[in-house]
Amino acid sequence: MGIYLPIAEISVNVFVLLAMGAAVGFLSGMFGVGGGFLITPLLIFYNIPPAIAVATGANQVIASSFSGALSHFKRGTLDFKLGGVLLAGGIVGSTAGIFVFALLRRLGQLDLFISLLYVVLLGTVGGLMLVESVNALRASRSGAAPVLKKSGQHNWIHRLPFKMRFRASKLFVSVIPVLGLGVGIGFLSSIMGVGGGFIMVPALIYLLKVPTNVVIGTSLFQIIFTSAYTTLVHATTNQTVDVILAFLLMAGGVAGAQYGAKAGQRLRGEQLRALLAMLVLAVAIRLAVDLFVTPPNLYSLTAAGLN
Amino acid sequence: MLFALSPATAQTPPVESIQIGLSTDAISITASFSGADLTIFGSLENPDPLVARQGRYDVVVVLEGPPRPVVVRRKDRVLGVWINLESETFENVPVSYSVATTRPLQDIAEPAKYKQLSLGAQNLYMKPADETDSPATIEEFTAALRDRKAATGLYSENVGGVQFLSQNLFRATVRLAPNVPVGTHKARAFLFKSGMFVKESSAQLEIRKSGFEQSIFRVAHDYSFLYGVFAISLAMLTGWLGRLIFRKD
Repeated sequence: MGIYLPIAEISVNVFVLLAMGAAVGFLSGMFGVGGGFLITPLLIFYNIPPAIAVATGANQVIASSFSGALSHFKRGTLDFKLGGVLLAGGIVGSTAGIFVFALLRRLGQLDLFISLLYVVLLGTVGGLMLVESVNALRASRSGAAPVLKKSGQHNWIHRLPFKMRFRASKLFVSVIPVLGLGVGIGFLSSIMGVGGGFIMVPALIYLLKVPTNVVIGTSLFQIIFTSAYTTLVHATTNQTVDVILAFLLMAGGVAGAQYGAKAGQRLRGEQLRALLAMLVLAVAIRLAVDLFVTPPNLYSLTAAGLN
Repeated sequence: MLFALSPATAQTPPVESIQIGLSTDAISITASFSGADLTIFGSLENPDPLVARQGRYDVVVVLEGPPRPVVVRRKDRVLGVWINLESETFENVPVSYSVATTRPLQDIAEPAKYKQLSLGAQNLYMKPADETDSPATIEEFTAALRDRKAATGLYSENVGGVQFLSQNLFRATVRLAPNVPVGTHKARAFLFKSGMFVKESSAQLEIRKSGFEQSIFRVAHDYSFLYGVFAISLAMLTGWLGRLIFRKD
C-alpha cells in the first residue's frame, strides 16, 4: 500500500516503513538503545532525502526514548539532576548543530558530512564494542572471573574543578565533562538524527563511572529533550520533519521494542554486545562503500535558494 | 501576418490558428498519486483542407511546470571519496516539462526553429545565474540538468501523443510524473504548417496536493513552530500508548 509523504514529497510503501520501524524497534528494545543510528541510514537507503531522514529520525527517537524513560522513572533508575546538566549542554550543542546543518545544506555537502560522521562514529563505536565483547566472551569461556574496575579508581576527569554532587548516581564530579558530553551529543543529534545513546551510555559508564543501572534511564531522559529540541528547530528552520513518516516508524518501533526487550533477556550481556557491535559495523561499512564506489550518476539537482 | 488585416488581402484565405481547452483548471494530487496522463483537447481554426489531408499540419503540446532556480552539482573523487565539487546555478528552470507531438520533433521543423521558440526539453533555454562561467562548463551542466530531469521523469516526450481526431480537432496526451510539482503549470500548443511555425495558444493549469497531505504541507511551512510541537506531542503520545498496549514488564 503506497502512501504519499507530504514533506519528503515521494510515495512510499506503508508496510516497508512499518516493518523498518518494527525491526529497528526490536533491536533497540533488545540492546537498550534508541535506534536513531539505524533508522536514519535505513531511510537514506530507502531514498528518503538525507535532510528529511535526519529530522524525522530525531522525531522518531522521542517516541522510543519517552517510552523507555517511563519504565526507568517507575523503577527509580533515573538521575534527574545529572540528566538536567547533560540537557543544558545538549541544547547548546544542538543549536550549534542546526546552524552547521543549514550551512552544509547550502554548500551541498550535507549528505557527504552525514555519511562521513556515520562511518567514523559507527565504525569506532562498533569496533571498540566488538573487541571488548569478544575479549569478554573469551574470558568467560576460559573460566576466568571478569576483571572489574575498582570503584575507588579515579581518572583525570575526576581532577577537574567545579565539582557537583549527583545523589541518585552516587557521584561527585566536575560539571565540565558532563556539560561537554551533553554538547557533543546534542550536536550529533541535530546533524545525524540520532539520540546519541550509543555514545552516551559507554561515556557515562567508562568516563564518568555512573552506576550502570542509572545510566540507561538518565541517558534516555536527556535524549527525549535533546531530540525534542532538535525536532522543533528542524521543523522551524528547515521544514524537514515529516510527521507521517515519523508516525509510521514510531508505530512499528514501539511494538517491536517490547518484543525485542523480551528477546534480549534470553541472551547474555557479552553476546548481546557482540551482536550489536556487528550490526553497528555493518551499517558503517555499508555507508562507507557508498562513499567510495563510483556513483551511478555524478550530477545531482537541488532547489536553489533554500533557506 | 499583419497583411491579413489590410483590406487589400481580404481575398487570401484566413490564417490558421490553434486553440486548446482544459477540462479543468485545477488538478488535485492525492496520497496514492503515482503519475497520470493528462489529456488536452484542441482545435485548429481555418485549416486548409488540402494541407490537412496531406498531413502537413503538426502540433506540439507542452505542459510546463512552474519555473524555479536549480543548483546542479558534480561529484569528483577526492582521496577516493566522491564529493560534490563543481556546481552551476540556473535561474527559472521549469520544474517539469512534458511534451506531446504528432511526429518526432526533428521531423516537424528545423532545429534552429525550436531554439528560437525555446521549445522541447533539448532546446529549452536555461539561464545560468553566473554568465561569466566558461561556455563549456555551462554546456556541460545544462546537459546534466536535462539528463537528470529526464531520468526522474519530470522532463518527458510523448512522440505520437498528439492525434488528429478530425480535420480540426486534436487530442494531446502529456505525462504527469509521480513527483510532478505543485503550482501553476502552463499548457502551450504550437501549430506548424509544413515545417513553418504558425501560431501558439496557451492555458493555465493549477496542480495542488489534495486534502490531508496539502494541509500537512501547508501547516509545516506556515505554522512551523506549532507543527514541531505537534510532532513532538505525537511522538510522546505514541511512546506512552505503545508502552500501555505492548507492555511486557
